[in-house]
Amino acid sequence: MKAAHQGPLTFAKVQADTGLKTALNKTRAEVIAEISASGLKGRGGAGFPTGVKWNLAAAARADQKYVVCNADEGEPGTFKDRVILLEHADLVLAGMTIGGYAIGATKGILYLRGEYAYLRPHLEDALARRRQQGLLGPGITGTKGFQFDIEMRMGSGAYVCGEETALIESLEGHRGEPRNRPPFPVDTGFFRQPTIVNNVETLAWVTCILAKGAEWFKGFGTDKSAGLKLFSVSGDCARPGVYEFPLGITVTALLKEVGGEGAKAVQIGGASGHCVPASQFGRKIAFEDVSTGGSIIIFGPQRDMLAIAHNFLDFFVEESCGQCTPCRMGNVKLREGVELLEQGKCSMAYLRELCALGETMQLASKCGLGQSSPNAFLSIVSNFKDEIMGRTAAGSSVR
Amino acid sequence: MVSDNVPQDVGRAPRSQQRQTVAPPQNLESLGARVLCTIDGKEVRVPVGTTILAAARELGIRIPTLCNHDDLCVAGVCRVCVVEVEGQRTLQAACAYPVTQPTKVWTHTRKVRQARRHIIDLLLADHYGECYACSRNNNCELQSLAKEYGVDFFRFGHPEKPRYEIDRSSHSVVRDMNKCVLCRRCIRTCIDLQEVGVLEAIHRGHDTKVATFLDKPLAQVVCINCGQCINRCPTGALRANDPTDDVWAAIDDPTKHVVMQTAPSPRAAIGECFGQPAGKAFTFELNTALRHCGFDKVFDTNFTADLTIIEEGTELIIRLYKALVQKDKSVALPQFTSCSPGWVKYIEHFYPQYLPNVSSAKSPQQMFGALIKTYYAKLQGIDPKNIVSVALMPCSAKKFECNRPEMCDSGYKDVDYGLTTRELGKMISEAGIDLPAMPKSDFDDVFGTATGSGVIFGATGGVMESALRCVIELVTGKKVENFYEHAEILPVRGFEGVRYVEIPITAVGPVPDLVKHLVPDWNWLKGATLKVGVCHGTANAKKVMEDIKAGGKFSECHFIEFMACPGGCLGGGGQPIPTTPAIRAARAKAIYSEDRAYTVRKSHENPVIQHIYKEFLTDGPCGHVSHKLLHTHYTARGKYIP
Ligand SMILES: Cc1cc2nc3c(=O)[nH]c(=O)nc-3n(C[C@H](O)[C@H](O)[C@H](O)COP(=O)(O)O)c2cc1C
Ligand code: SF4
Repeated sequence: MKAAHQGPLTFAKVQADTGLKTALNKTRAEVIAEISASGLKGRGGAGFPTGVKWNLAAAARADQKYVVCNADEGEPGTFKDRVILLEHADLVLAGMTIGGYAIGATKGILYLRGEYAYLRPHLEDALARRRQQGLLGPGITGTKGFQFDIEMRMGSGAYVCGEETALIESLEGHRGEPRNRPPFPVDTGFFRQPTIVNNVETLAWVTCILAKGAEWFKGFGTDKSAGLKLFSVSGDCARPGVYEFPLGITVTALLKEVGGEGAKAVQIGGASGHCVPASQFGRKIAFEDVSTGGSIIIFGPQRDMLAIAHNFLDFFVEESCGQCTPCRMGNVKLREGVELLEQGKCSMAYLRELCALGETMQLASKCGLGQSSPNAFLSIVSNFKDEIMGRTAAGSSVR
Repeated sequence: MVSDNVPQDVGRAPRSQQRQTVAPPQNLESLGARVLCTIDGKEVRVPVGTTILAAARELGIRIPTLCNHDDLCVAGVCRVCVVEVEGQRTLQAACAYPVTQPTKVWTHTRKVRQARRHIIDLLLADHYGECYACSRNNNCELQSLAKEYGVDFFRFGHPEKPRYEIDRSSHSVVRDMNKCVLCRRCIRTCIDLQEVGVLEAIHRGHDTKVATFLDKPLAQVVCINCGQCINRCPTGALRANDPTDDVWAAIDDPTKHVVMQTAPSPRAAIGECFGQPAGKAFTFELNTALRHCGFDKVFDTNFTADLTIIEEGTELIIRLYKALVQKDKSVALPQFTSCSPGWVKYIEHFYPQYLPNVSSAKSPQQMFGALIKTYYAKLQGIDPKNIVSVALMPCSAKKFECNRPEMCDSGYKDVDYGLTTRELGKMISEAGIDLPAMPKSDFDDVFGTATGSGVIFGATGGVMESALRCVIELVTGKKVENFYEHAEILPVRGFEGVRYVEIPITAVGPVPDLVKHLVPDWNWLKGATLKVGVCHGTANAKKVMEDIKAGGKFSECHFIEFMACPGGCLGGGGQPIPTTPAIRAARAKAIYSEDRAYTVRKSHENPVIQHIYKEFLTDGPCGHVSHKLLHTHYTARGKYIP
């Protein structure tokens, strides 16, 4: 499979080994300092500063620590991790090894999305090759006292298992359900040991940053959102695919690159992200404005926004782990509300109640799934009120 | 001498449902090991890692909860207890949020009130059934929350149709998942408190459901019937299998002679059903109330508790004699108690290879059942087929026990119905009786007044203490009071999960008549040390069993008391709801003070027991007659049920 992008990704121009060797020639503290200096923030969606995360794990006192690569890529509309794993697996595996060195872990686990099972042989080959080359296992590249190996584990198709604590539960053999936080995995993670969980892309950038330097990375992006980022672009555009842009790119600029001009709205951040209407296309895609783990879904003028909300809510009703009340029941009620809207039977008062319910879900749910599940509904209701109100039972607008 | 041989405690509940221990921050010293928590402007210093909920309780600030339970690990799933924490974008569950640095909390801001109200409305939107037609009406935590938060309409609707069939397969526990609010207390009770692990959540999202293995009926899985899940269910989703209609029908039938036996634990707790604080026994008021209800005779289960001690104690002496003197290697030791039917089912499922260790003596309930339809029937000239034998028990497993096919040694079902404390409380209310206001009256004759030994069966360690009182006197020929003040063998008392006690036998006396036909003398016990163990809750039973398997010190014990329920019978699955460690401690106090009030406190001194061995069980303890009526056998069930 070939990623559809304009020219090669930066990843294609970086030697994984260079990154790893540079790291191993530094002290652990220096590696983390380099990552911190680069301003790298998590590419999995939450955007937590990677250097801070690693520092916490490095400071935790424990005999055994773990590095987990989150390759569960379940967010609707993202497929960039798949491309990275297929074409640049070595960058990711090197990134995990660097992480292990930095925090003092000897074990890495790559948690691969169940639907990506076909990537498994390819990744097992890469692991075997790296072991052979002395890039995994005892005494990596001749470094005394540093050993690190990576094991692969398969997910089974639950979206929530991408949430880091649910992922860890799943790794431990339990039902994939998010834990109470705090404590965070950096403190109490896999089998209660300090664990860093990082996205595939984050780990690949780690290797690039070690290879090319923090300054190089900081040269891209904005003050608060440094660096480059991969985007999975799909929907109503001429050239869907995986793209690399610096963070801070405006929606308009992105649409132009992918041939999506004339869009009515863009869903940024997948089902759990925000629906940005055309009037706000000047906004920046960055952690300080509209943030995303990489999913960009473009909606052309012919799309029915209510159908879109319905579709996303179907997803959350299905994928909520069912643990906590706001998410388990809230999504059902929001979807029922959309159905009422579709039939033109939802009163303004009830719609306001549902929006308040959405706020409750954002505030009171146990994990990020429930906290972000009302986002699409709320942004569609506030940006497309005219379109979604006043429908008749047949589903068409009375206006 | 008490020791706590508890191997490292590893909870089995998924960590998603636990609050994990938090490593104290490294600047802890400067914080003085305690951190400042400011809740609604009130300040308290709490140890690092204390939850906001615990800190609020210390300040006397109420934060509502639902999935939280004092006996269980933290889940943080219902979200009813959310509060605002300064610096946090989202609301935090007070039950799960550990205070590790100075923290400011607000418990009733707009966001918090809105969230709680919504959460309660959402729970009600998925809770089928009407409060007035529910076994938990007026004792339901969801109902109380709805009241507390002023719910006066169903904001997000209310289900009109049930989604699930009610599982009535079990003799003990009825599961109505339509009323389940997914707080998962039952799951945590089963897997963490009891380490049985019958229940787990299945499916996702709105389809999530608490289920058994493969969603089988409860009667077809390894449920031990302890009913601990019932005691912790906040709603009416779990309840005991209630036979009160059948009992009323028997009372109403003039051809039936309805006999009731009451166990000590329900008597120490039934007051709670009538608004009384825990810790006051209503034994004699209850006798009057039962007669008012229409029971023909009321007996004290303690009588057969005394009998159990004699039979089980004799069995132990026989086993020890065979093993120690006759060097018979086939004798299974340590001997395990058999009076807790939850424990019996537990060992049948999980350690069937150890069934030979379980005393063959029936439980007091079943011994009484067998005597009522034989000895008593003959004495009174009543046809046993017209006797309906009812037992008031603190226990849901007793319902299963009385329905075991082997429990028909009288030629009839030895015990027809087991009633829980809650069910009898309901019958008494239905009869218009205010129990605490009843005058006192005694038990009916024939079986007379039992001893204090029977009473303490209700608390963990009680069976062991009774047995020791008896064995010490029989073997030494001296009063127990010579060794233990007030005959209270304190080392076996208490609430530690697992206890190990050694009792040295320094001197022996003559062999008393009761067991003369079994042993010629006691010399073989002189200088020996009796090693006994006590545990309660099957999680602790598991620890003891694993220790025995590994050849640890419990494998060298002579006698071990096992109780399925935390706290023993007083914490049984048929007891009034709620249950907490404090409530169980109060009930234990009631039981021990009742023991003190008895004049006869050792089973073998009970004159009626002595009489019955002369008149009826003529070949003595563990003799032929007693074997037929008072002993039983067990079924190796294993963990996998086809
Ligand atoms: C419901 C849910 C699903 C998630 N799915 C993924 C995922 O598929 N891949 C991923 O990398 N992060 C996912 N995350 C984010 C992770 O919890 C975590 O923040 C991330 O793996 C951290 O890595 P990073 O800091 O490198 O981004 C998900 C979060 C939530 C709440
Ligand atoms: S928010 Fe949803 S997915 Fe997350 S714990 Fe609650 S029910 Fe599970």
